[in-house]
Amino acid sequence: MIGQASLSLDQAPPISVPFRFFLTAPLFIFCAGLLLLIYGQDALVSRWSPVTLALTHLITLGFLASVMCGAVMQILPVLAGSAVPASLWVSRAVHLLLTAGVILLVSAFLFSLSPWMGLAMLSLGSAFSIFVVAVAIALWRVKITNETVIGISVAIAALSITVVLGLILAGSFIWPIGYGYIHTLTDSHMGWGVLGWIGLLVMGVAYQVVPMFQMTPEYPVWMVKYLTRSLFAACLLWGLLTITHSFSLISPLWADCWLLLMALGYLSFAVMTLSVQKRRRRRLPDVTLKFWRIGMFSQIAAFVLWLWGPFWAEVIGEQARLLLLGGCLIIGFALSVINGMLYKILPFLSWFHLQHRSIALLGFGCVKIPNMKEFLPDRLAKQQYIFHLLVLTLFVMAVLLPEFFSRPLGLAVCLSSLLLEYNLIQAVVRYQKINSEISTKSNAKDEMSIAEMSRMRGMNGTSA
Amino acid sequence: MANMTDITTTMSADHRACDEVFARAEELIADNGWVEGAEKFKQFHDAMEHHFTMEETVLFPAFEARTGMTMGPTEVMRGEHVQMRALFAEMAESVEKQDSEQYIGLSETLLMFMQQHNSKEEQMLYRMTDQALGQSVEDVLERMAAVGQ
Repeated sequence: MIGQASLSLDQAPPISVPFRFFLTAPLFIFCAGLLLLIYGQDALVSRWSPVTLALTHLITLGFLASVMCGAVMQILPVLAGSAVPASLWVSRAVHLLLTAGVILLVSAFLFSLSPWMGLAMLSLGSAFSIFVVAVAIALWRVKITNETVIGISVAIAALSITVVLGLILAGSFIWPIGYGYIHTLTDSHMGWGVLGWIGLLVMGVAYQVVPMFQMTPEYPVWMVKYLTRSLFAACLLWGLLTITHSFSLISPLWADCWLLLMALGYLSFAVMTLSVQKRRRRRLPDVTLKFWRIGMFSQIAAFVLWLWGPFWAEVIGEQARLLLLGGCLIIGFALSVINGMLYKILPFLSWFHLQHRSIALLGFGCVKIPNMKEFLPDRLAKQQYIFHLLVLTLFVMAVLLPEFFSRPLGLAVCLSSLLLEYNLIQAVVRYQKINSEISTKSNAKDEMSIAEMSRMRGMNGTSA
Repeated sequence: MANMTDITTTMSADHRACDEVFARAEELIADNGWVEGAEKFKQFHDAMEHHFTMEETVLFPAFEARTGMTMGPTEVMRGEHVQMRALFAEMAESVEKQDSEQYIGLSETLLMFMQQHNSKEEQMLYRMTDQALGQSVEDVLERMAAVGQ
């Protein structure tokens, strides 16, 4: 039994590795809600406003990057048979530096504090360097390569490029560079972040997770085999075209035409996901599935806003169109999918670790382990889903009529994130309760066997 | 090339067959169709036990004998079978009590666990076994087909 336990536990990192990231992530969304409540419409005037930049990074770094760090370190051993080295220490360091870095960065944006920006760069730069190096070592040692491993690899490469571009932009906060370059750099930073890092990560994970857990047909082979890597290569070429254009060497049309090809790739992924989900064999209602569907519809909406840009700019104004486009990708697509995934990952890991530990230490049936839905009841997840829908609706209204809807949006964001946090915390509390029950029973069992042994020894002594 | 005479294809197909019955049982029980649901659950439980028995009595020992790895992947898979059997026992109890909420919570948990387990077998263990066994694959497949008949 002990041999078995150690072997299987070798594969999974300690539960605190992912949990620390999952538990702080919604708090950053809560902060984003607070900013909206405080600054109101100023937060949604233009993509260049410092409050909007603060909001965006609270979501992308505070929530998305956090959850990704925890989830990737957890999932690599399962999917690729290769663990992140020193996962406990890596997770502690990355979590601390990332959390501090986001707070510093957001403060630097809000209060124009150059020294804080320097510290934010140091903190975030170190957090991502440690994370990328640790994951790269794990990926290097991978025993089996599958499309999800490739998806994670290219997503991590795209993350690195995003971070480097972000650091250059943050540096320009302290050492100013020309506006033209800032514009190109910002577009590239966003492109690599949204299309490269988040887009490819979700795609890679979807190929594995959607058919497995939602019991859908498989994605078509051409998509699984070629789409992720082609899109990564396409991102690289797009980067080159953008740089060449920024030095006025070629017309911007080249980069735009290329982006259209790429956008069609992402669109085909979103449409295919909705299509396989429609044909799923497991027909039970499922909150995570609903979050995924919202995510895919948002990606399609983003495509429509981007492709018919001039039309929408005429109808709602260019600034509003750009905010909506960013919102569709970051909130509608990425936040929805990752929020939904948390409702599977966290209760499953809780169950998995406890059941494993209980069987290894005590054998069958000594402690009753709650099932996933007892850790995190559907009712709670559904309530938060409704708040998330409210957030998305109010976001669209707030972009169109910021003076009326910015603060209601802030309130909805606060409520939705608090509810998510509450849901996760109460699952973790339940986890800890059962975990200490296992420890108590296991100690009692050890004491009993020690007492038994000394009694036996005593009996042997008397008989001798 | 993969064909029905290798372990990866044969055993993966058996996983899919078990999945089908799993989904059907869950659907029936969610609608409180207990008579048919209980029958489907039993069919699923039997199919899984049959699959585990084929692995534990024929496939894993053959892999271990050929590779000498007795504390490697097969031991991890055996451990996971133990975890899944604990879930089957609880599911059987909820069928007995006709507690659909309990059953759905358990089947959700099992689905997550079973799919990861299957994926590890299909992408690692079965492929390794096909390679390790070489010519004797057919013999092992025949012995597995004879299990429980």
